[in-house]
Amino acid sequence: MKIKIALAQINTRLGDPSANLEKHLAYAQQAIQAGTDLLVFPELSLTGYALQDIASAVAHQPQPEDPIFGPLLQASQDIDLVVGFVDEDPRHRFYIAAAYLSGGEVLHVHHKVYLPTYGLFDEGRFFAWGDSVQAFDTRFGRVGIAICEDFWHASPPYILWIDGADILIFTSASPGRGVTQELKLESARWVEQINRAYANLFTSFVVHANRVGYEDGMNFWGGSTIFDPNGDLVVQGPYHEEALVITEIDLNQLHRTRARLPLLRDERTGLMQRMLERVAVANRGKHS
Amino acid sequence: MSDLSINPTLTRKILTGFIRSEITRAGFQRAVIGLSGGVDSALSCYLAAEALGPEQVLAVRMPYKTSSSDSWEHAGLVIEELGIQFLDVPITEMADPLIERFPGMSNLRQGNIMARTRMIVLYDQSEAFNGLVVGTGNKTEILLGYSTLYGDSACAINPIGDLYKTQVRQLAGDIGVPAVIVDKAPSADLWAGQTDEDELGFTYAEVDQLLYLLVDHRYRPEDLVEAGFDPAFVAQIIQRVRRNQFKRVLPLIAKLSNRTIGYDFLYLRDWGT
Repeated sequence: MKIKIALAQINTRLGDPSANLEKHLAYAQQAIQAGTDLLVFPELSLTGYALQDIASAVAHQPQPEDPIFGPLLQASQDIDLVVGFVDEDPRHRFYIAAAYLSGGEVLHVHHKVYLPTYGLFDEGRFFAWGDSVQAFDTRFGRVGIAICEDFWHASPPYILWIDGADILIFTSASPGRGVTQELKLESARWVEQINRAYANLFTSFVVHANRVGYEDGMNFWGGSTIFDPNGDLVVQGPYHEEALVITEIDLNQLHRTRARLPLLRDERTGLMQRMLERVAVANRGKHS
Repeated sequence: MSDLSINPTLTRKILTGFIRSEITRAGFQRAVIGLSGGVDSALSCYLAAEALGPEQVLAVRMPYKTSSSDSWEHAGLVIEELGIQFLDVPITEMADPLIERFPGMSNLRQGNIMARTRMIVLYDQSEAFNGLVVGTGNKTEILLGYSTLYGDSACAINPIGDLYKTQVRQLAGDIGVPAVIVDKAPSADLWAGQTDEDELGFTYAEVDQLLYLLVDHRYRPEDLVEAGFDPAFVAQIIQRVRRNQFKRVLPLIAKLSNRTIGYDFLYLRDWGT
């Protein structure tokens, strides 16, 4: 089975969901016209990234009656969408979130479980921590979503893999940093290395949409990628340029790679679970 | 020796994109830059001209009566090479009445007055030319506090503030700044024969090596000594960086309310754009 995936590595307006919605719908139209099955937007694509005190003012609920999600759900009749937004739960906690929309329905909402709060990042100050990592079924098979720092920790991608995801969808707003003599930013090299590694280790597709543009002095580097189950690069968007990157992936590659390399077959989740429990008991009071 | 060299293609792309993005989203198309004839302001002019187009950049030459003629001519080279707009506003007639009012004024005070006079001229041109003031301070001088608060450090955006002086020179050479500007001894040009390195007491090449490890790579003082730096030099630079923190932050606001600007009223400048 082949599916056509598009990565919308867009710039956003900071704290202006209506303006960003217009861009989402325009990209969706373009992707639909190109016969795309799934369109993935970056982290916080509807709001912009460094929201700080704007966060609570731009939250939306992924429901048909929501003015932002209404039109997106409508568009999802023609194309599956992954969009980034601020989710406000019924008790008014604010999450960095990504929603998977398909056929007018919300199939899944992921709340970012790792909020970087160090260096140039300050997410834990403004957002609540997500508390669940879960794969879900789509018309292309089982899929998992992780947002930026989520896939800097090995556990969320691992859990998604064990939970049945053959396509890992990663979204990010990765600030560019580390200018050296190389043409590639260090931050770009780091992310590409780990994405390729996940594709290899999990013999799965790793789809990554990263934004572009600037927020104050921070640049976002784009360079969105898809790696196949062999760890080979299928496509990459340009660095620092807004782009709609469209490519076809062949899900039959899962069969071929896993016939050669049965890492999933041999994965010992029971052993993993027992050892984690043992370590957790041994470390009680030391780690959470 | 650490290699501080940077990829010029990547750096230019990020910095010209930054200038374009941050000027246009603020509602402007143009830039105003104080062009001294030194390598820092020359590089800012080249980047702004590449980002916005030469006709959208106004270089302002603001000599004082003691400024060297070389500086003037070197600034002229940049203007000619880039085809940017320019304006000459000598500041002697503005600065001297204040300087003469206090006979025997120190060089430091005079230098500060000149730097702040130039700031007034640039911000006036910002309104007249309808452009934002693009800064010319590099990472070395910002860390060392080798600048005048509300003087040469005043600007709307600064494309070169994360480049050490060594890196400014490298990028300037690559982008086409004339070699006579890139290679000359850096000077604040406040009095005849002044050079930065004489005044600071060390070279940019030396201090950049230290700052790069201290700041970018988070070396501890003892790590720097172990890496071969003189302990007194390490202590001197660390103290200098700390004592000049006040030049790198907005004025302190005394907190009274439950929500105070700077503490718990937090928004990027790009808010809403």
